[in-house]
Amino acid sequence: MPEPVIVAQNLVKRYQDFVAVDGISFEVAPGESFGLLGPNGAGKSTTMRMIGAVSTRTSGKLSVLGLDPNGYGPEIRSQLGVVPQENNLDMELRVRENLMVYGRYFGLPHARVARRADELLEFAQLEDKATAKVDDLSGGMKRRLTIARALINDLRMLLLDEPTTGLDPQARHILWDRLFRLKEQGTTLLVTTHYMDEAEQLCDRLVVVDKGRIMAEGSPADLIRRYSSREVLEVRFGSTQNAEVAGRIQGFGERVDVLPDRILVYSDSGENELERMTAAGLRPITSLVRRSSLEDVFLRLTGRNLIE
Amino acid sequence: MSANDVGRARDAGAASDSIRLETLAAAVAAAARTRRYGSWYVAEHRFRVMRSYAQTVLFTAIGSPLVYLYAMGVGLASLVDGNLGDNAVNGVSYLTFLAPALLASSAIAVASEEFTYPIMLGFKWNPTFFGMNATSIQPGQIINGIVISVAARMLLTCTIYYVFMLVFGAVPGALGVVAVLVALLTGLAFGVLVMAYTITLKDDTGQLAMMQRFVILPMTLFSGTFFPLDLLPPYLQWIGWISPLWHGTELSRVFAYGMTEPIWLSLVHVLYLAALLAIGWVWARRLTVRRLNK
Ligand SMILES: Nc1ncnc2c1ncn2[C@@H]1O[C@H](COP(=O)(O)OP(=O)(O)OP(=O)(O)O)[C@@H](O)[C@H]1O
Ligand SMILES: [Mg+2]
Repeated sequence: MPEPVIVAQNLVKRYQDFVAVDGISFEVAPGESFGLLGPNGAGKSTTMRMIGAVSTRTSGKLSVLGLDPNGYGPEIRSQLGVVPQENNLDMELRVRENLMVYGRYFGLPHARVARRADELLEFAQLEDKATAKVDDLSGGMKRRLTIARALINDLRMLLLDEPTTGLDPQARHILWDRLFRLKEQGTTLLVTTHYMDEAEQLCDRLVVVDKGRIMAEGSPADLIRRYSSREVLEVRFGSTQNAEVAGRIQGFGERVDVLPDRILVYSDSGENELERMTAAGLRPITSLVRRSSLEDVFLRLTGRNLIE
Repeated sequence: MSANDVGRARDAGAASDSIRLETLAAAVAAAARTRRYGSWYVAEHRFRVMRSYAQTVLFTAIGSPLVYLYAMGVGLASLVDGNLGDNAVNGVSYLTFLAPALLASSAIAVASEEFTYPIMLGFKWNPTFFGMNATSIQPGQIINGIVISVAARMLLTCTIYYVFMLVFGAVPGALGVVAVLVALLTGLAFGVLVMAYTITLKDDTGQLAMMQRFVILPMTLFSGTFFPLDLLPPYLQWIGWISPLWHGTELSRVFAYGMTEPIWLSLVHVLYLAALLAIGWVWARRLTVRRLNK
């Protein structure tokens, strides 16, 4: 088995008394595409920063590309591409200049950086904005530029912290396509996202994190099998009725989740549950049977906005 | 990749496994150029940014000696010289006395501009320093690069100032040009302290403007700029002694017109400024390491 490119053991990050990352452990193999999912404040970005060798861990073990970030920061960072959650492009420079200065930071010669910059402008579809001020770009364009910037060096691993926030569907698909190609070339991807379809598309394997701890780990299909049923029945009775109805359908399916606006019934057959409901004299305003998705796993594991 | 790189890789705890050693050595090689030249890459970035306000840089560099040397040196000087004679102050004309101080002040002006808002910008308002820090660059190199780029602007400004001093006939001393370097040292010594202070600010809620008003302006007034320090009452003279501007101004005068002072005092000026520069620089680097490590 090839040596993992990331090994985290009992990784902890504490800010004063607050524990942001609370002893997480995982490994990522070279060329793998690995996802970190979790609600706001779960500790995903903090974990990314520790792996990106810009944030010192409080305790635990961490090895990135075979090196300890304490002491080998520049060596690790030289082989990473990083898309931070918050853009930090230089607003005082023009679009192409942003790529140029960033490429230089990796010690690349001017001519090489210039060539890469032009290729990446094309990839980001910003050729005609090359000499525009960054300030004048739209939000999505800034995001595309930040992603392009992360690809300027010869990277072995790409860290993407909510990369597609603010991108239109077309730009998102262009990015996914690019990421698949990078993956084919052996680049390891580490992704956080709040879009479950994106996680299903991109990640070979992922962990669900909540309050700094890992709740589950596996491939998307794996997790769906383990934490959800085959199908989900979604019914709405109107927000005032939900709570009352909830009492009457306890025991339906494998599990029932009552959300503020709808009720989810997890079952192997959504149709059967719907028939049972009608038989019990319940008339939902709308009903929908669908396959289970990663979103169901996420909601189940992190339990936010659920009235259990 | 050199033997040295492999050596560093071995230090990293690589197993004897040759493939692993190879990848580690590649990592070390990839970062080697930035480890060596990173500060210059940051300076390169800052020069590009300065180019976007190059007009302001040039306008102030040319405009301020013109205005100040004319208004103070010619206008005010005719009043002083008219009352006190040609050897008005310190045995020289008022313009000759004043010019080296104005030169040093021009370096302080560049410092108080470049080491305040641009620093706040990079850490907070447009956090480009965090962007740099995600590359092979190290926090200390960010500070080095900023100091290099500001030093370049300061040198340009002071050189232009000096040329105007020559034009106005304000530099009788043969070693006058050394005053440019003294001004540079003065501006940087003060500037790195200002930068360090700025890095400690989580946000600017008026502190930078207060510093301008209650530190920089009084310092200019009480540093022997417009009149010798010993004309001040003794209980105010300490302001001059701790002021980098006073030390820089006095040293400039030694070179600009051969002002006489004991050699040990000249040495104190140099050492004091060098010490401030070293302390401020190291302090700013440490604060940056801490602030970027989130
Ligand atoms: N520099 C810091 N100082 C203090 N607390 C911090 C700091 N950075 C993060 N935190 C806290 O650590 C927790 C985890 O933050 P983090 O940014 O890692 O969350 P996240 O999983 O990325 O969330 P999101 O999905 O909203 O991006 C949060 O509660 C946050 O307030
Ligand atoms: Mg985050």
